[in-house]
Amino acid sequence: MQIPAQFDYVRASTIEDALAQLELHGPESRVVAGGHSLLPMMKLRLARPEWLIDINDLYELDFILPEATQLRIGALTRHSTLLESADVARLFPIVIDAERVIADPIVRNRGTIGGSLCQADPAEDLATVCDVLRAQAVVRGPAGERILSMDEFHKGPYETAVAQNELLVEIRFPIRPRSGSAYEKVERRVGDWAVVAAGAAVSLAEDGSVDDVAIGLTAVGLDGTIAEAEAVLRGRQPSQALFEEAGRLAALASLPVADQRGPVDYKRHLADELTRRVLRRACARALETQTTTTQEG
Amino acid sequence: MQISMTVNGDEITRAVEPRVLLVHFIRDELRLTGTHWGCDTSNCGTCVVLMDGVPVKSCTVLAAMADGHAITTVEGLATGATLDPVQQGFMEEHGLQCGFCTPGMMLTARALLDRNPHPDDTEIREAISGQICRCTGYATIVRSVKWAADHPVVAEDAEEEVPA
Repeated sequence: MQIPAQFDYVRASTIEDALAQLELHGPESRVVAGGHSLLPMMKLRLARPEWLIDINDLYELDFILPEATQLRIGALTRHSTLLESADVARLFPIVIDAERVIADPIVRNRGTIGGSLCQADPAEDLATVCDVLRAQAVVRGPAGERILSMDEFHKGPYETAVAQNELLVEIRFPIRPRSGSAYEKVERRVGDWAVVAAGAAVSLAEDGSVDDVAIGLTAVGLDGTIAEAEAVLRGRQPSQALFEEAGRLAALASLPVADQRGPVDYKRHLADELTRRVLRRACARALETQTTTTQEG
Repeated sequence: MQISMTVNGDEITRAVEPRVLLVHFIRDELRLTGTHWGCDTSNCGTCVVLMDGVPVKSCTVLAAMADGHAITTVEGLATGATLDPVQQGFMEEHGLQCGFCTPGMMLTARALLDRNPHPDDTEIREAISGQICRCTGYATIVRSVKWAADHPVVAEDAEEEVPA
């Protein structure tokens, strides 16, 4: 039987209350939201916080808010809510691609986007999604709010820039015209962590060439997006030959390690193939939006 | 700490240690042993209960987190001696063999049918994809849920819903 070590529990009623509790209880206090990362770690005694500050009552952090230039998502938004959001599906199909393969529907009923990002598991799908969408993380603390890029947010495996007395409150995805995005993951069985996964976001210029592109890989030891693979595409008309070259360079840049999910060669092969596929699909989706926009105009 | 919640319609209040998991609270404290305790790692889904109507894995929820919420366990499915259509469906279509996964399967099925009264096979399989059955191979479980979808409880106020 797996039971966490002893701790004290308090439920925060507002963001300010959560921050005050973190300040009051100090370094051995941890925030819990969905609990599907922290509680398993506590059951294995890999984490032993003395205080748990439950933020599940902070309904003000459970929102999906489309604005003219960005989509704002509250940190307490459940995976299941993201998956069912028409705004998310329309603007950022990569999020739907990824959410469909994160754990299982029942875990997705509890787990939150903020919790996933703060856990910062090196195989976390949403980390790659946020990287390629050039997302911003809004972090609140006693001194006010900080807005971080994903590069600033991610410090390494299981480590983020969120200080002990701070709370991740919001994720922002910038909205670009003529853009498309996609995610694809290979897993050993349904709901498992990725063997390898790839994500891409593409914005096209009016002439159909690639204005901006971001490519990310999950579970192969990379931080941030893969600049050398992106450079191949930028400013050029998308083509299968370029997707293949980008895939090759992404696989070269990857740093997979052999484990129970597969050997290095296999993971490199996946990095290559999945990069091509997500680029192809992201570009196709960008063209679809372009067509839709034209028709509406 | 003291927690209160509604379990199968009954208000309960108990003193618990914060570290007590909801599955153990339900089984050991409330003695509702229909909720099974399986893998302990939120994989197998036999511990699924409904929290405010939403399926959750109770091995990965603290009892304290359920304070103030409404919990439904498998014991809360039937109305008196009348089985929920999901329960009846599992009988009619042989949805269980050993029965270990059954409580979680039935609660997930109930929540699915409440949201989507006529799911197709793919939707049923997706809904139960976080749960493991090692006996039936799922085919009979899917048939059981379909049986339940085909035999809904007729609401008492159903006549009012018919447009005049």
